[in-house]
Amino acid sequence: MYPSENLYSREHEWVRIEDDICVLGITEFAQHELGEVVFVELPEMGQAFDTGDEIGTIESVKAVAEVYTPLAGEIVEINEALVDDPELLNEDPHGDGWLVKMRFSSADDLKSLMNAEQYEEYVKSGGE
Amino acid sequence: MNDANLLRTPLYACHQKAGARLVDFAGWEMPVQYSGVIDEHRAVRTAAGLFDVSHMGQIHVRGPQAEAYLQWLTPNDLGKLAEGRAHYSAFLTERGTYVDDLLVYRLGPAEFLIVVNASNADKDFAWAKARTAGFDVEIDNVSHRYALLALQGPRAIEILAPLTATDLSAIKYYGFAHGQVDGARAILSRTGYTGEDGFELYVDPEEAPRLWDRLLEAGAAHGLIPAGLGARDTLRLEAAMALYGHEIDDQTTPLEANLMWAVKLDKGDFVGREALVSAREGGIARRLVGFEVVGKGIARQGHAIVSGDDTVGVVTSGTYSPTFEKALGMAYVPLGSVEPGSPLELDIRGKRVAAVVVPLPFYRRPR
Repeated sequence: MYPSENLYSREHEWVRIEDDICVLGITEFAQHELGEVVFVELPEMGQAFDTGDEIGTIESVKAVAEVYTPLAGEIVEINEALVDDPELLNEDPHGDGWLVKMRFSSADDLKSLMNAEQYEEYVKSGGE
Repeated sequence: MNDANLLRTPLYACHQKAGARLVDFAGWEMPVQYSGVIDEHRAVRTAAGLFDVSHMGQIHVRGPQAEAYLQWLTPNDLGKLAEGRAHYSAFLTERGTYVDDLLVYRLGPAEFLIVVNASNADKDFAWAKARTAGFDVEIDNVSHRYALLALQGPRAIEILAPLTATDLSAIKYYGFAHGQVDGARAILSRTGYTGEDGFELYVDPEEAPRLWDRLLEAGAAHGLIPAGLGARDTLRLEAAMALYGHEIDDQTTPLEANLMWAVKLDKGDFVGREALVSAREGGIARRLVGFEVVGKGIARQGHAIVSGDDTVGVVTSGTYSPTFEKALGMAYVPLGSVEPGSPLELDIRGKRVAAVVVPLPFYRRPR
């Protein structure tokens, strides 16, 4: 369910490190909790964020969720396909439903994240 | 979620079995969705959906002065309500604001059934009971006596017809009949809260699970699926039907909420009449409108309508509309902004987003 190459935050984001770039998305648990996603707002290219900043919002029919970045860095790519097809987030949250790619400034932030096994335990205990 | 204090309808096990997502709604553990809000919404618009609305409250009023009592307690005209018919009405405060909105069914010459929102059921009964003095009436909270199944959508009538001997085509919109559904006693009411044709079935709680399964089985070939409160809300919003706690509450009047069609000021005295007459003479400052979000985002209840640095109005309901595939909502705005085409500015979590006033209802079913 939760890819082992990803790291996970308590706010239900995942990140995958590819050299100095991280891909960021929300987890299967998060998309399921939200329900059918109908609107995704992503940051601008080149925007810089600190750890824990809100980088976007995801809205389902009934709810809205803010997305926070667990890593500080600069946006180098956004998933344009997701803006056009928000349901990608429900269909493939850990794959085609990724949100942004960031060039992260410090690897220290990674220490606070969970691995797949820990995250799965966290979700089982309620995810709060 | 597993709050022991939450109430459950007789259909709770059916919802669990169907894999519904259950949430706390007005103290009830209710299904918010089964297959998904959009899917369920579209089923109701194109085929049919089955809702459990057993959480709603019912109040039984009878006695020699039942009509006189309700004529005074509610603003719509019971003198025009024939046996076998229901109408939309309200309990209003002396200030002309809402205690609740409701349906009144005339069961007989001196016998009525009032159907109220689950969130207000206890308050409503206490309100009505406390105002019986001087009237020869009996009033009972009979909420526990009824389970309520809402079969809604263009195919509702063909799904229900084989299960009942009642001539459904003879029941007009807002009419009802006593009959049977699959052998179980029922009030078959051609009403709903979706903007579609359909029936609300008042049945014995013990029979409800069997009827729920039977209807879903009989309707499957017609595209019937169970639908939750999520779809119920998007459907009623597209149809611009008011919801207590959103468009109406104890701070809003029917003048502001465009609900004067259900208030008959010339029928004689009723609770709230005096306040409404003077409010109408003095003029109101705001009115409910429909709007469409032009910019990015979805407006939600409580978001402000702004003009420069000032808050000039408030969103009462907002959602993504599965029918129109855009963000729609209703809001109270100043009288200068009520005409369709008027530009509005929304404050969506600190961001200014453009919207435009559009005519209500957003959705009207094809006839």
